[in-house]
Amino acid sequence: MMRDNRRLNFLLLAASISFLLVPWYRLRGGFFGLGWVGDYLGDDRIWPGVAQLGQWWLWPVPALVLLAAGLRLTLPPSRRGGWLAVIGAAGIVWMMTQGLSVGLRGWNWGALEALGEVGGQQAFGAGAIFMLLCFAAMIAFGLAERGALKGDAFVLSAITLLILLVALFVFYPLVSMFTGAFQDFDGSFTAEGVARNIGDPNIWSLGCLTGSGGCGVAWRTFFLAICTATGTTLLGLAFALVATRMRLPFKKGLRLLTVLPIITPPFVIGLALTLMLGRAGFVTEFIEDITGWELGRWLYGLTGIWIAQMLSFTPIAFLVLIGVVEGVSPSMEEASQTMRASRWRTFRKVSLPLMAPGIANAFLIGFIESMADFGNPLVLGGNGGVLSTEIFFAVVGAQHDPSRAAVLATVLLGFTLSAFLAQRLWLGRRNFATVSGKGDGGRHAALPRRVAGPVACIAFLWAGFTVFVYGMILFGGFVKTWGLDHSLTLAHYARAFSVGFDRGFVWTGVAWNSFWTTMTIAMIAAPLTAIVGLLTAWLIVRQRFPGRGIFEFALMMSFAIPGTVIGISYIMAFNLPPVQMTGTALILVFCFVFRNMPVGVRGGVAAMAQLDGSLDEASLTLGASSPRTLRKIILPLLRPAILAALVYSFVRAITSISAVIFLVSAKYNMATAYIVGLVENGEYGVAIAYSSVLIVVMISIIGTFQLLVGERRLRAPVQPAPRINCQETPA
Amino acid sequence: MTTQTRGAVAFEQVRKDFGAFTAIPDLTLRIEPGELVTLLGPSGCGKTTTLRMLAGLETPTAGRILIGGEDVTRLPANRRDVSMVFQSYALFPHMSVAQNVAYGLESGGMKGGAVRDAVETGLDLVGLGGMGARLPSELSGGQQQRVAVARALVLEPQVLLLDEPLSNLDARLRRRVRTEIRELQQRLGFTAVYVTHDQEEALAVSDRIVVMQNGRIAQQGPPRELYEQPASDFIADFIGESNVVPCTVEGLSEGAATVRVGGLVQQVPARHAVLGPARLSVRANAITVQTGQGPFMGRIATSAYLGDHLEYEIETAIGPLFAVDAEGDAPLSPGTPVTLSFRPRGLALIA
Repeated sequence: MMRDNRRLNFLLLAASISFLLVPWYRLRGGFFGLGWVGDYLGDDRIWPGVAQLGQWWLWPVPALVLLAAGLRLTLPPSRRGGWLAVIGAAGIVWMMTQGLSVGLRGWNWGALEALGEVGGQQAFGAGAIFMLLCFAAMIAFGLAERGALKGDAFVLSAITLLILLVALFVFYPLVSMFTGAFQDFDGSFTAEGVARNIGDPNIWSLGCLTGSGGCGVAWRTFFLAICTATGTTLLGLAFALVATRMRLPFKKGLRLLTVLPIITPPFVIGLALTLMLGRAGFVTEFIEDITGWELGRWLYGLTGIWIAQMLSFTPIAFLVLIGVVEGVSPSMEEASQTMRASRWRTFRKVSLPLMAPGIANAFLIGFIESMADFGNPLVLGGNGGVLSTEIFFAVVGAQHDPSRAAVLATVLLGFTLSAFLAQRLWLGRRNFATVSGKGDGGRHAALPRRVAGPVACIAFLWAGFTVFVYGMILFGGFVKTWGLDHSLTLAHYARAFSVGFDRGFVWTGVAWNSFWTTMTIAMIAAPLTAIVGLLTAWLIVRQRFPGRGIFEFALMMSFAIPGTVIGISYIMAFNLPPVQMTGTALILVFCFVFRNMPVGVRGGVAAMAQLDGSLDEASLTLGASSPRTLRKIILPLLRPAILAALVYSFVRAITSISAVIFLVSAKYNMATAYIVGLVENGEYGVAIAYSSVLIVVMISIIGTFQLLVGERRLRAPVQPAPRINCQETPA
Repeated sequence: MTTQTRGAVAFEQVRKDFGAFTAIPDLTLRIEPGELVTLLGPSGCGKTTTLRMLAGLETPTAGRILIGGEDVTRLPANRRDVSMVFQSYALFPHMSVAQNVAYGLESGGMKGGAVRDAVETGLDLVGLGGMGARLPSELSGGQQQRVAVARALVLEPQVLLLDEPLSNLDARLRRRVRTEIRELQQRLGFTAVYVTHDQEEALAVSDRIVVMQNGRIAQQGPPRELYEQPASDFIADFIGESNVVPCTVEGLSEGAATVRVGGLVQQVPARHAVLGPARLSVRANAITVQTGQGPFMGRIATSAYLGDHLEYEIETAIGPLFAVDAEGDAPLSPGTPVTLSFRPRGLALIA
């Protein structure tokens, strides 16, 4: 009782401060700069909500808070709980409604003009955001007072907050994107843009099949994704078989390949291929010199993108398939052998069918990755792009057609979500891989000879090719001009990363600005991602709340949303009130947090599943609250998973390009976006040098992390140390 | 709360649903202060759910739970004056033994020297003094279990909850630890609720046994009452191995009943018997198996040699019987005709 009241007092106080003191609307100079404090009294745009009450649509906000205060004074917790939750929900709904209805210059929707003339309002500022959080907390506290989830206010607050955040940063942008497709420049409804684009033969034509012209971009992307998925799955399977079923030298080195896709900025492979096989590439010129053929621009287009994607995504397939191949119970293969089956028959009739669902899974992941890839097509696309680049050019290019971008993004989203749903709903129930946890005795059967030979050949050839490409990337930064002048130079590095001492210490290199921005934003985003991801995992695994399954599904689904779609939807959602963030560092941080969170969630869920649930319960029955349980028991035991989530989100924030390129601004430019700019200007040397530096930075980060985790495992060998690979992939 | 009610527990018409499944339809149960009550039953009977509701780890769908006379139905686990010993011990693997024992004290706001003293006392209590610096993983199963008990007891809860505390120990250790738990409980006089599926364990430690079946109380009482006066076939079979056979009550006099079972006539305590057909519980170890002719014949179906005793399945006119023979030396081979008799102490009419 006491506790319930104290909690609610605090909440009401916070709500009052939000309304009475804190600037209600968004400040141009930013809230955290605190530059506004000096002008506080003089400028009515800085005034708090109470001073903005000339706008009648804000009246319900204080009314609801007063109502809650009234309940606090008159009713005991058990009787007021339900009402508090209703008030909180009403507050959130009303604030969102008014925010979406009244824009900068009055009504956002023509239909509302019947309600009378209104002035405009700015986007939500600190006061409004705090008030939203207060209403969310009111829902949680109200439900706790009613005894929901054993009356645990902390858990309920966490759930409410997460649902609010996911709604705001995953679903609201997507909805904005769809509605944006139907809006004119002045915001009025029009179906013209959609009608024009949805039947566009440039998207849907199947001309290449009938021989009458080219295929539409949707089909081209689809074919490319199928080819990439097939290729990466086959190569990945070959690598997985070599790594787990054969005794060969350098096998350990193969596992290093799995780190590559995380640390490589997505366009780097494309860049390296250009330098090798492009029109002026040295391999191209070598072949042309010898044979006299005119190879020209063969690399640009789907072929080149396909090769680049094969290089980029084979390691991901490899990572998925290692688990699959190891997951086949050795006793199955031994059983088959004792029943007089040859190695070939065992492989064909037992091992392969058992792996089939996992192989299909790897295929779908390859499909989604290829669809979502933006960096390689941007560099190698030439005239025939794919959906993700078409979306980009529809926004930034000369045509500037937001509704076209929205339609294309919807098509892309349709493809990836279908693949995701297929993966979850159809494959989810067809998993034979034995993950019983109990050690299954026995040894895996050796590969039949007719499989082993070719598989080893392919794997090592491809590994060689990959090493060669990466070698080129490192080497490329040190030569003057690719293809023309291969004399060694440090000029590119100097241009990018020089420092000066003329007037004190100055970062003179062109790369420093974006480099430090990238590091700072990644540094801010990584812990947030880890916190949100692991908190979510804890809620999903340990708390039984209604809608948990849907919540988890929605979170995982956000992984299947291509970065390009996220980028475009974020600009459409956060460019105008009520939530306006474009051009800030904040939007980049939120983008990274909600884009990388699913990986943290998956890692956390896997790690948590290995922790005995009675540890939490023991802590509770020993008198610890849930926050204390989380802090003292769960977090220490999950440290490897936390570190993995931290490193993963940090690295992903550095290498990501697809969403970022829409969201960067002159003030907050990210490394990847800057490098793409260099490539567009033809400054390959600097671009390559910068990329190499990024790769080296990330290798050292991951290496340090491995050392940290490894050391800890030595110290406490007995405790259940759930180790999560930082090379998580969507699965 | 007076000293009389401290440690008293009451379930009042408690119901628990999990979705569409009703685990506990309607449970009313009182536990007196200082009593050790065992919840006994097969898996899925609702005994663990009952315990977890008392701990605050599950919330009842309906009804009230009182601890020490106070309604705790809506109180979360960490604010209830109970502590629990888990089947898996649930010792925190990243904390030393002493830190584990101190954890609950510190959660309650105790600090510094007081914590150290209490931890020391607690570990001495379970015979682990001086082991505080070790990690749980460095202890044997029995020692870990005792740490879990110490961790729960230092909080001096009104009620100690034990969820199958011995099931991860081997048979010999189980007997010892169960004696220790019972001694501690008698010495310190706390109320304890003990969940188990092992009837022998229940008989050994309890003041009172509550046998549960399908979420309901099938029978409750002191161990001896349950053993000697089973209320149903289920109880007779669950507490000690019994054969339940049809019989006829032929006479009643001075608290004794004369029953005819198979070809035998036996005297058993009358309880609530009436004349006519009835059901009789025959303990497996109350059946004497001999070769030769007699009034009640059977034929050996299977036999097994178990060292200190023999086990038989015997076909008879009143159905198959399971018999444990502690006297015979060599097992009789299947098919052998045998004559059977019952020792009176192992017989009870089912009320």
